[in-house]
Amino acid sequence: MTSDMNTAVRVTASLDGIVDAAAIGTDHDGMVRVTATPADLHAVCAALKGAAGFEANTLVTARDHGAGEAQRFELFYQFLSYEHADRVRVRVMTEGDDPEVDTITDLWPGTSFSERECWDLMGVRFGGHPDLRRLMMPEGFDHHPLRKDFPHIGIEPDRLYRQWDEARRAEFEASEAAKGAH
Amino acid sequence: MESKIIEYRPGFAQSDADDPIHGETLPINMGPQHPATHGVLRLAVELDGETLASVQPDVGFLHRGKEKACESLGWAKFFPHTDRLDYVQPLMNNVGYAIALEKLAGVEVPERGQVLRVLLMEVSRIAAHLIYLGTSAIDLGAISMFFYTFKERENIYSILDAYTGHRMNNTYVRIGGVYADVDENVTGMLREFLEQFEARVDEFEGLLTGNRIWYDRNRDVGVITAEEAKAWSLTGPILRGSGVEWDIRKQEPYSGYETYDFDIPVGTVGDCYDRYLVRVEEMRQSCRIALQALDRLDTVKGDVLAEDRRFVLPPRADVQASMEELIHQFKIVTDLRLPKGEAYGCVEAAKGELGFLAISDGTSEPARLHIRAPGLMNVQAIPLIAEGRLLSDIVAIIGSLDFVMGEVDR
Repeated sequence: MTSDMNTAVRVTASLDGIVDAAAIGTDHDGMVRVTATPADLHAVCAALKGAAGFEANTLVTARDHGAGEAQRFELFYQFLSYEHADRVRVRVMTEGDDPEVDTITDLWPGTSFSERECWDLMGVRFGGHPDLRRLMMPEGFDHHPLRKDFPHIGIEPDRLYRQWDEARRAEFEASEAAKGAH
Repeated sequence: MESKIIEYRPGFAQSDADDPIHGETLPINMGPQHPATHGVLRLAVELDGETLASVQPDVGFLHRGKEKACESLGWAKFFPHTDRLDYVQPLMNNVGYAIALEKLAGVEVPERGQVLRVLLMEVSRIAAHLIYLGTSAIDLGAISMFFYTFKERENIYSILDAYTGHRMNNTYVRIGGVYADVDENVTGMLREFLEQFEARVDEFEGLLTGNRIWYDRNRDVGVITAEEAKAWSLTGPILRGSGVEWDIRKQEPYSGYETYDFDIPVGTVGDCYDRYLVRVEEMRQSCRIALQALDRLDTVKGDVLAEDRRFVLPPRADVQASMEELIHQFKIVTDLRLPKGEAYGCVEAAKGELGFLAISDGTSEPARLHIRAPGLMNVQAIPLIAEGRLLSDIVAIIGSLDFVMGEVDR
């Protein structure tokens, strides 16, 4: 929470040899931030839990930068240390429309629901998760609603219906225009 | 399937091998309309005799896509939606959301606004804990408790009605403070309520704490160790019931909590009974904080809303007198642009750590709002502590985990 120099020093020491010192900084709200890659995410989290003493996970979530972006989904993890009374945020940029990262449920069992929610609503897979089912939406639901290309109002059938309706109207208007030309 | 008729003969099953249905489990669907599941939680329960072989919580029946709604509504218009997360403590949700946005925007709340927020939050905490006490007791058969706690809660709602104009879903917090100041009528009602409330808590304790049935149904049921509570992301009274002295109001103070005098109760065993004791003591402490805040209102004068025309609503009197201010208010409500960046704001809510991760890309459309709901983590812990116990214990466990599905499902 606070911009505590000790937190940054402790995090940097625990991540020595795993990520560059340049990957550790401070976010807009003053929280210490570690930028990880999907490949070293699990090692970063293990070091934060072990050497840096972050005992609890606060949240796992993702942000969609928009369809068509090469690095589309950005994952956010936040960890809390009860002993030192501080927090750290881990941010991971992933590639492609259907990204997959390693699960951290083996380190913190309490991240299970958070990861399931992230898969359900954002469509980010967590490899090695013991039970990666949808959490909020029903099984068999085809979409990941928090993605930016999912409409705010009306699910897929409505949108398809509108597109079909618009195409039909365009056809009608074109035929009317053709009649007027004669 | 061929049906099997099992003849009941007392004393027949001398050993497991003699028991004709030994090893077979019975699946039971508990919820989503079961009154003891506190809303629309479904539990897929498998019973071996009367023992819970497995419990699988199934959530999402109240999922309304709040996080998605924020992206389409914009930052300012999402405030009423935060009320509907944990609808027994709407003002606490308002403050948590406002803190995240204030961090993003860099707005400072004036001191009187902070005092009013603390007052509203502590009164909300009392109301939320009263719901816990009433519902968890009625689930275990102590029906009269429900009426006593709801009578007190009704008093709180009358006071909030007098102040905010609504009983529930108050939406009284804004970016930069609270919507309007209190008058003497409201502070008088609050003081009257708070001064008699400690005696009411004594009455509740007299009915439950030493009650043999209440003790036996809760003691050593649903034990969570301190290590488990940390690893399973449990927060709030559950974490403190397990003996971890962690309260965001003390360790990471917000809204000026560091200037108030109060204690943090912690449990020793981590069972349902400890969680009950922690919540009862928290009601007394909330009462203490609220009385201090009331005293402070006499000395701390000034604005309740910050003066920052980029992010904060203009004063209501100006809006009614000037067209420019009306346009200004319209722009703030419909087109609020917060600086680019990410901010996490959290409060110690009645259920635990309620956090809002707000990510802005500098436009009027929020890039992402993630709501860290403590209730979801509490639901997740049900299998951890319920499996292997008797079916009747699950009611005590659900009651003591104290979640509201509006917040769990969002």
